Amino acid sequence: MGKTMSEKILAKAAGKSEVFAGDIEWVDIDIAMTDDVLGPRIEIAEHMERIHDEVWDKEKLVIISDHYTPPATPKQAELVKYTRDWSKAHGIKHYYEYIGPCHQILAEKGFDLPGTVVFGTDSHTTTGGAFGTFSTGCGSTEMLGIILTGKTWVKVPETIQVIWNGTLPEGVMAKDISLATIGKIGHAGATYKAVEYQGETIRNLIMDERMAISNMAVEMGAKVGLIEPDETTVEYLRNAGVTKDLDMITSDSDAEYCETYTFDASALEPMVACPHAVDNVKPASQLADIEIQQVYIGSCTGGRLSDLRASADILRGRKVHPDVRLLVSPASQDIYIQASAEGILKDLAEAGAVIMAPTCGVCAGLHSGLIANGEACISTSNRNFLGRMGSSGSFVYLSSPATAAATALTGRITDPRQFLNQEV
Amino acid sequence: MKSEIKGNVFKFGDNINTDIISPPQYIELTVEEASVHAMEGVDPTFTKRFQPGDIIVAGNNFGSGSSRETSPLALRYLGTGAVVAKYFARIFYRNSINIGLPLFECSETDKIDAGDVLRIDTANGIIYNETKSEEYKCSKIPDHIMSLIEDGGLVKRLEKMFGK
Repeated sequence: MGKTMSEKILAKAAGKSEVFAGDIEWVDIDIAMTDDVLGPRIEIAEHMERIHDEVWDKEKLVIISDHYTPPATPKQAELVKYTRDWSKAHGIKHYYEYIGPCHQILAEKGFDLPGTVVFGTDSHTTTGGAFGTFSTGCGSTEMLGIILTGKTWVKVPETIQVIWNGTLPEGVMAKDISLATIGKIGHAGATYKAVEYQGETIRNLIMDERMAISNMAVEMGAKVGLIEPDETTVEYLRNAGVTKDLDMITSDSDAEYCETYTFDASALEPMVACPHAVDNVKPASQLADIEIQQVYIGSCTGGRLSDLRASADILRGRKVHPDVRLLVSPASQDIYIQASAEGILKDLAEAGAVIMAPTCGVCAGLHSGLIANGEACISTSNRNFLGRMGSSGSFVYLSSPATAAATALTGRITDPRQFLNQEV
Repeated sequence: MKSEIKGNVFKFGDNINTDIISPPQYIELTVEEASVHAMEGVDPTFTKRFQPGDIIVAGNNFGSGSSRETSPLALRYLGTGAVVAKYFARIFYRNSINIGLPLFECSETDKIDAGDVLRIDTANGIIYNETKSEEYKCSKIPDHIMSLIEDGGLVKRLEKMFGK
């Protein structure tokens, strides 16, 4: 019987010839990532002072201040300062701040490598699965163990196979694949399992789009959301400056999956996750009565260059509806620079968008664009739980950047295809 | 190495979430104080009858809900020998192992009743129901994880490792 990617990567990390789904193994961590929310400030620093105040490998712990940047309150400023000072005092080689959500930064800086293991103190660390990385989230106590020893234990997951075949219609994006899959499998349907996305649709996606899919695997309860690494992966990593040999671990053709779902991309339409659950997914075309006051295009799910391009293609030469505010936050400083060079930011701003700093703030309801009681926001981010982006009396809808941009023009949830190939 | 866990069964149903295990109105109390209220929403006399070493048996999705470690900590403080369920919420599973509470997945928990005496072979993944003379398969906990549990969890293990 063949092996899944998860079984192969974890066998390698455990130093064993093979492991099986269900086994519990101690594995070596290739990259640990923590942030300004669950990083040094929560217990970790205190425990380390008492137990052992050295990081296991200063090259392998990446710390990124992204949730509270730029800070909205003195308290948030203190947390970022604490994270920065702690990183400096502990000789952390890779500390970043203010340049964007951690998952995008890990990818851009070449830390998500095929066949390796990444643990991070943020649930959307599953993003790295787009590179064939066994990349998952953990809590701060587990991170303490990793920071001190470079190891943690892992229960080798069974794998759910998700196959997408066919060509995505124009105006339908990877985010729609992500939402449709979650709508089918459900918010707990992949609990403690790996999800592996396969099929020609996935193989034809660029890395930006693959990341939008792996990012949200955790919204089905999955431990990882893997995509087989290929020449697209290699090209991205070489452009990111990665020179080392890559371990292109893939699943065997006779690997054992616990469940298989097959989807037809050519029949997919723009999808929206409705309040207050990510698996409450409906076609955008059925939600035309829903009025929206804020549109957010950004985050580690939907603020990459291809997302900004898709948004600009709809908004260019048009004006945002007078009752809507459109906030755009490129997912990193690099994306900001590229989007600026392409004229995308100008196009978006001329349509009425407010261009903001790269940050987790809006998506996580921490700063820079919270919504009031009774308001609704359509967002390209990944979570729409009650009160996620502001008041507990507010409503969050999740969609692709194209759907979000079309909605910004009309003030109601809008299928973006009506704005495609249409003279302005 | 303790490779066997033995105790009396306290039986619960599906979806025993973290708010049932450790009711949120007591979250500001210490674990010791709050543990007295464990499970009181579904079994008001639970902690009066539960003895250290006893085993909790439940259905699907035990520990769903919050990532708070207070829930497994309350069960550990009560001296819970093990929790056996059809499956566990992922964060609860990891938190439990990391604070030193052993968990076992078993698809046959419907066959187990309150008051049964169970003996769990942790390394081989077998539950012996001594009351009913039955055997069930369950997930294994390898010795290297049992030793973490017996050290009292991850933080205690780290303290031991670094000589603190």
